[in-house]
Amino acid sequence: MAEQFPALIIVVPLIAAFFIPVIGWWKKQLCYPWVVAVLVVTFISSLGIINTIMTTGKFSYRLGGWAPPWGIEYALDYLNAFVLVIVSFISLMVAVYSKKSVEDELPEKTAPFYTLFLLLVAGLLGIVVTGDVFNLFVFLEISSLSCYALIAIGEEGAPIASFNYVIMGTIGACFYLLGVGYLYIATGSLNMADLAVILPNMYHSKIILVAFAFFTVGVMVKGAVFPLHIWMPDAYSTAPSAVSALIAPLMTKVAAYVMIRIMFTIFQPRFSVETVPVMTVLGWLSFIAIFAGGIKALAQTDLKKMLVYILVAEVGYIVMGVSVANKIGLTGAILHILNDAFMMACLFLVVGAISYRIGTRDIHKLHNLNKIMPFTMGAFTITALSMAGIPPACGFFSKWYLILGTIEAGQWAFAAALLCSSLINAVLFFRVIECAYFKPMEPAYANDGGETHMVQRDEAPLTMLVPIVIMAAGIILLGIFSGNIISSIIQFAVPASF
Amino acid sequence: MDVVCSSRPLWAVLVSMIAAFLILATGEKNRNIRESWTIIAALIKFLIVASMIPLILQGKVIEYTLFTFYPGICLQFRVDAFGMMFGIVASSLWIATSFYSIGYVRSLNEHAQTRYFFAFAMCLSSAIGIAFSANLLTLLIFYEILTIATYPLVAHKETPEAIIGGRKYLVYTLVAGCVLLFAIAMTYYLTGTLDFKAGGFIGEGRGSNGILILLFIMFILGFGVKAGIMPMHEWLPTAMVAPTPVSALLHAVAVVKAGVFGCLRVILYVFGPNLLHDLGLWILLAYFISITVVGAGFLALGQDHLKRRLAFSTINNLAIIILGAILLTKSSMTGGIIHLANHAFMKITLFFCAGAIYVKTHKEYVSQLDGVGRQMPMTMGAFAIGALGLSGLPPINGFISKWFLCLGALEAKQIVFLFVFLTSAMLDAAFFFPIIYNSFFKKLPAGIVPHFDEAPMLMVIPITITALLSIVFGIAPDAFVRFFSIASLAVQNILGAG
Repeated sequence: MAEQFPALIIVVPLIAAFFIPVIGWWKKQLCYPWVVAVLVVTFISSLGIINTIMTTGKFSYRLGGWAPPWGIEYALDYLNAFVLVIVSFISLMVAVYSKKSVEDELPEKTAPFYTLFLLLVAGLLGIVVTGDVFNLFVFLEISSLSCYALIAIGEEGAPIASFNYVIMGTIGACFYLLGVGYLYIATGSLNMADLAVILPNMYHSKIILVAFAFFTVGVMVKGAVFPLHIWMPDAYSTAPSAVSALIAPLMTKVAAYVMIRIMFTIFQPRFSVETVPVMTVLGWLSFIAIFAGGIKALAQTDLKKMLVYILVAEVGYIVMGVSVANKIGLTGAILHILNDAFMMACLFLVVGAISYRIGTRDIHKLHNLNKIMPFTMGAFTITALSMAGIPPACGFFSKWYLILGTIEAGQWAFAAALLCSSLINAVLFFRVIECAYFKPMEPAYANDGGETHMVQRDEAPLTMLVPIVIMAAGIILLGIFSGNIISSIIQFAVPASF
Repeated sequence: MDVVCSSRPLWAVLVSMIAAFLILATGEKNRNIRESWTIIAALIKFLIVASMIPLILQGKVIEYTLFTFYPGICLQFRVDAFGMMFGIVASSLWIATSFYSIGYVRSLNEHAQTRYFFAFAMCLSSAIGIAFSANLLTLLIFYEILTIATYPLVAHKETPEAIIGGRKYLVYTLVAGCVLLFAIAMTYYLTGTLDFKAGGFIGEGRGSNGILILLFIMFILGFGVKAGIMPMHEWLPTAMVAPTPVSALLHAVAVVKAGVFGCLRVILYVFGPNLLHDLGLWILLAYFISITVVGAGFLALGQDHLKRRLAFSTINNLAIIILGAILLTKSSMTGGIIHLANHAFMKITLFFCAGAIYVKTHKEYVSQLDGVGRQMPMTMGAFAIGALGLSGLPPINGFISKWFLCLGALEAKQIVFLFVFLTSAMLDAAFFFPIIYNSFFKKLPAGIVPHFDEAPMLMVIPITITALLSIVFGIAPDAFVRFFSIASLAVQNILGAG
């Protein structure tokens, strides 16, 4: 059974997605349980995969029985099994959450929404699981295309935002494809493991250099690495809440995974680090990203938009961890893929719940929210503390390893950027917490009848609240058990050449 | 040194954390049950801490490892003599403060009492965590929790003034937290360990002198914010907008003492006397601290707000403790460590008195206190004891610590610091004695007949107890919890190893 999981994890959501229009045509209410059931299966499969890897080591699955490098191989190791669990867990949580928000925001489009939702998840899982660079492109397009459509059905301004994303995303995908083409011309292989063997002899070939450049830029577009993030703020903040909660934590993280794969598996670290100065460039770009994202976030009054800009900074964290190119920095980057996925998912879920209940995302209009939605705000506060790097929440630990990594690399400026960023995050989130928990300070906002009326508790519906609470609890638990996660998974996920 | 493995330190930390969540769950409706959680947790916590004293006095240390984060870094508790000192102070005074708090918030009918008691219990939990941390990372984790848990208490009143006080507090402490995080990461990079060791663990040759000096400055900056070292003390007087029990416990005992505790850990257990002598850092810091000692005394003279005057007196005394430690002689260290406890008992008495006066008369300014002594003789009597003790008069415990500190200055052959200590004692007298004189000997404003009218018993009894304990510890410094033996043992360990 265990060796079939890699196939199941792709095939089940992919096939299930095409049943949804039929199900929706027959009975609209059945779409939701169907999607949740499918994602439970993928989540169990991903657990099965990581369990197999932890007991017997890495393995691969040959699609259709064709031996690599000709056939498509699904190569499973610690790194992608780890990302698989993140992707399948978060998409399951978002799916559970989506019921009320889809009913509220997209009452007419339930079936198309869930079809695209599953396709997106299938695409993301495929990107992670595959060991073939061209196959990766196919899944990248599956996820991107469904993502464009999902964003476009959002609120006002979404079609334009989505169109921008289509343009940028297509350029990114084309660049990636060109990279694949160049590699294929030079080596005649598309299999990652095979490429890793062939390429070292050709590191000085111009073709390889160009391919590497195309790969890097392509992935940077997809992963919204500064300055190629410009499509993201509008696209993610206008998308429906359930969609933002899915793509904001996952798309960027999966792209970061692809970046690690390309730089440290397909190409060897000695090429990525020494032959081309890409790490220096990436490091300084992420340095700017951390500040630019944080400062732009400070200027937002829309909570969701603020989160998207924070996401730009968070992507900067991960890329910074990759760019210092040492074991401990990379550990921090991989840990942050997990932690940030949880934090971002939790934050976007909370924002969705707030706009579902209160009908606004303006951070100045949130007062008394701690009385109206105590659990949601509790989860928000925990996540906010985690973002500000307060232990024992998980955000502290990824920052700890990232800072150790930058110190080891001797990059003092990067360490300073990481520290400043947590201060910026603290300002950002305490602004919201202050509004929500304390009496309004500015008289301009105190026009709600002098605080005399009792505030009624009006918590988010249970299908929303349960995922939110699970994510918030997860943030604390991931922090406490970060040592175990590192010693049992991440230390093996870091490419062996370090 | 014998090591005993026991989970008692963990339970000492957990008991108030569990209580915090019980408080949250009980809520506003069952006030008596909610308050009983606080009392029960306070008593259990004190018993657990006290039960470890005999083992400590036998020269053993108690260890408990919870998790391993990374090779060489654990979430680990280790109770040694110095940590025990802080642990006893914080846990014993929590009992007094709990009773006092209940009297205070009920008399004033404060809002958001659940949040108040929740945050209070969390603070205590982290204070004990700080006391019993075995390494810098564990210390930092609890230190940051303490920062956050104190914030709702500082901003408790939710007036614009309180919110600004809260913001200021957060800005100072979070920046300090970042500096500390960097310093600790740097230490780990240099030494590969973070475990405290009596006499210091950063040996020479671990880095150039320049780096070590920079590291020391960063540590002192980081911990110095909470310890109120000038010029980083600005938040402390501002934070006096908090309710008085908060000021009492947190700003005279837990929060600021955590800062001082951190400074002393760095001076005596990270760098150690030998290294500080070799680098010549001790004399620099001693002069730097002396500015705070004298400066805070002069600033206190100018304060009319009673709690702000007490805040500056706190800054002054905290600096004395650090000055004692940095003189690095046997007597000065003993004096500094014992002053950690003595100052706590005296200062909490003074703050309790300020709160009692406020509850009964709503007077906050020194100039309004004429004749209050006739109305509230017990409160003002206790105030007099605390004030006399801080000025270093026998037989109150302040005398003991000042005696050893002055001896230490002579042992260090630095006559300057003897004058610093004496000046500070005189300044203490200068800003406290007028209050005593005015309250007892001046007449109440015309038209008001002096009559006995004390604060509620729940407040007066804790005041009396802490005042009496100040005298008891002055006559018999080794009574009950054996502060003196513990302090000398701590000094012995440091000098023995160094």
